[in-house]
Amino acid sequence: MKVLVPVKRVLDYNVKARVKSDQSGIDLANVKMSMNPFDEISVEQAVKMKESGAASEAIVVSIGPAKAQETIRTGLAMGMDRGIHVTTDEDLEPLAVAKILKAICDEEGPELVILGKQAIDNDYGSTGGMLAALMDWPIGSAANSMEQAGSELTVVKEVDGGLQTVKLQMPAIVTTDLRLNEPRYASLPNIMKAKKKPIDAKTPADYGVDTAPRLKTLKVTEPEARKAGIKVEDAAQLVDKLKNEAGVI
Amino acid sequence: MKNPFETDERKAFRETVRSFVEAEITPYAHEWDEAGQVPWKLHEQLGELGFFGFGIDEEYGGLGFDCPFMRAIAAEEMAKCGFGGVGAAVGGRGISLDPIQRLAAPEIRDRVLKDIVLGKKGSSLGITEPGGGSDVASLKTTAKRDGNHFVINGSKTFITGGMESDYFVIGARTGGPGLTGISLFFVEKDAPGFSRTPLSKKMGWWASNQATLYFDNCRVPATNLMGQEDYGFIAIMNNFNNERLALIAGCLGMMKAAYEDAVDWAKQRETFGKPLIKHQVIRHKIADMSAKIDAVESYMLMICWNMEQGDIPVAELSKGKFFASKALEFVASEAMQIMGGAGYLRGNRIECIYREVKVMAIGGGSEEIMRDLAVRQMGF
Repeated sequence: MKVLVPVKRVLDYNVKARVKSDQSGIDLANVKMSMNPFDEISVEQAVKMKESGAASEAIVVSIGPAKAQETIRTGLAMGMDRGIHVTTDEDLEPLAVAKILKAICDEEGPELVILGKQAIDNDYGSTGGMLAALMDWPIGSAANSMEQAGSELTVVKEVDGGLQTVKLQMPAIVTTDLRLNEPRYASLPNIMKAKKKPIDAKTPADYGVDTAPRLKTLKVTEPEARKAGIKVEDAAQLVDKLKNEAGVI
Repeated sequence: MKNPFETDERKAFRETVRSFVEAEITPYAHEWDEAGQVPWKLHEQLGELGFFGFGIDEEYGGLGFDCPFMRAIAAEEMAKCGFGGVGAAVGGRGISLDPIQRLAAPEIRDRVLKDIVLGKKGSSLGITEPGGGSDVASLKTTAKRDGNHFVINGSKTFITGGMESDYFVIGARTGGPGLTGISLFFVEKDAPGFSRTPLSKKMGWWASNQATLYFDNCRVPATNLMGQEDYGFIAIMNNFNNERLALIAGCLGMMKAAYEDAVDWAKQRETFGKPLIKHQVIRHKIADMSAKIDAVESYMLMICWNMEQGDIPVAELSKGKFFASKALEFVASEAMQIMGGAGYLRGNRIECIYREVKVMAIGGGSEEIMRDLAVRQMGF
């Protein structure tokens, strides 16, 4: 079974995002970028399936600028077999990404695509669902755990207030949630091996996908700064403030 | 500044070590330091990441290549946890690996090396004696041949990791006085006549153990002689160059950690109506600290590059080591001044870094020995 894992290069989760002075977006110049944390979980899942023999080949795909190749190498160093890099400098919307991924699925014929449930930059959380719709495949989203038996996949999903178990017939899509697994560190021997693994270089045009944006960003602003708190003299004043100012009791 | 020697693999390796240290070490480092021990699992985790595999063949669990830049990255990122005992606890085996690979009998090498490189077993090199450290030529432990055995008598001290190590590479005199006349022996922890005791409380490096080893008519098979008789120490002298590089990189990591904490504090702490960092006296400290860090880093990278070309820049490694520990002494002290009382509390990186300046200035070749060696290497 072939498993495909799309990954996105995003602003590192430890870095404080800064808005560009013209409010057109986030300033990404000279800041640390890394693999979207949910995608690391997807990669870990695919590598685990390879190790257990459930998957025969694990392919990592990234659609993004030249530097996205580093993100693919990270996936290869974690244990993926080969990469596909679709180079574009545009900030693609989920629909364009899903269409490119569909074209790759048509070409590669994976039986399972594992994606992060969202990317931590734009937080759309749409690509997995859109790809499932385009492929007309079932989807198990926000996976907390997953198990495969033959061509059937049991996915335990994280839903509001609990867990929901669904059974899917493969080929299928799974999107990963934080608790699915703990991604491994890329070891130095594997980093060196990753250097020799092949990465196919492609462009959106190779797949005949129209990547023109459907959305227009008007402006990006920082969240309002948190106001300083106050100190109350006694419990009576606290109750008064909660009742009459905050209106919570 | 951009690093002209950066490659994708080095960057990826730094990323691995950094994220491992941040997630798996830094949160627990103080606790381990207070407990005087790191969990053995840490040896195994680092072994799996390839931390101990530089210059070791793949069949023994090694990387099958060496890279001074990556050795430096490993040591620098490890030191950033701020508690040097953690790095010492796991890294103690480092200086014994190459001698075991190159000089041990094939039977011994095949049996033990892989486990050590993968962090399943510990090993230490034992040269320093109660009577002297840097003055190796006056080493007093003896080994005398007795049929198919050697009988070792004497003691070793300050042996990092020695209380937990399963295997030892021991320097002992088999010939006349001086550097030649010293042979190396492979000694296992259960060899007859071998015993060990921990060094009592130390100024720093609490998370690691240092042992005194006793050899009381300790008998080892003659096949445990490593390499040529009388020329053992000469054969491993190059080994100390990698150790010195790691110590320079360790100083660099400690300086970066001290600087980072001091700057963070100076931004937050307000005195006389403005943040500390807006006071000129603090700004000048930050400028001086930062310049020294840059200088050590640049020098270290040049040394790495020369090593990568196959040279052994002994003079520069020696100068780099004392220059780095002197810079660390300055940076640690200034960082502590900036942090004031907050830095003086135990559990802070800076409190530990400040104490551990001295192990960097003394261990692995004292500043005085390094200066002397450098000038001798320069031909004077």
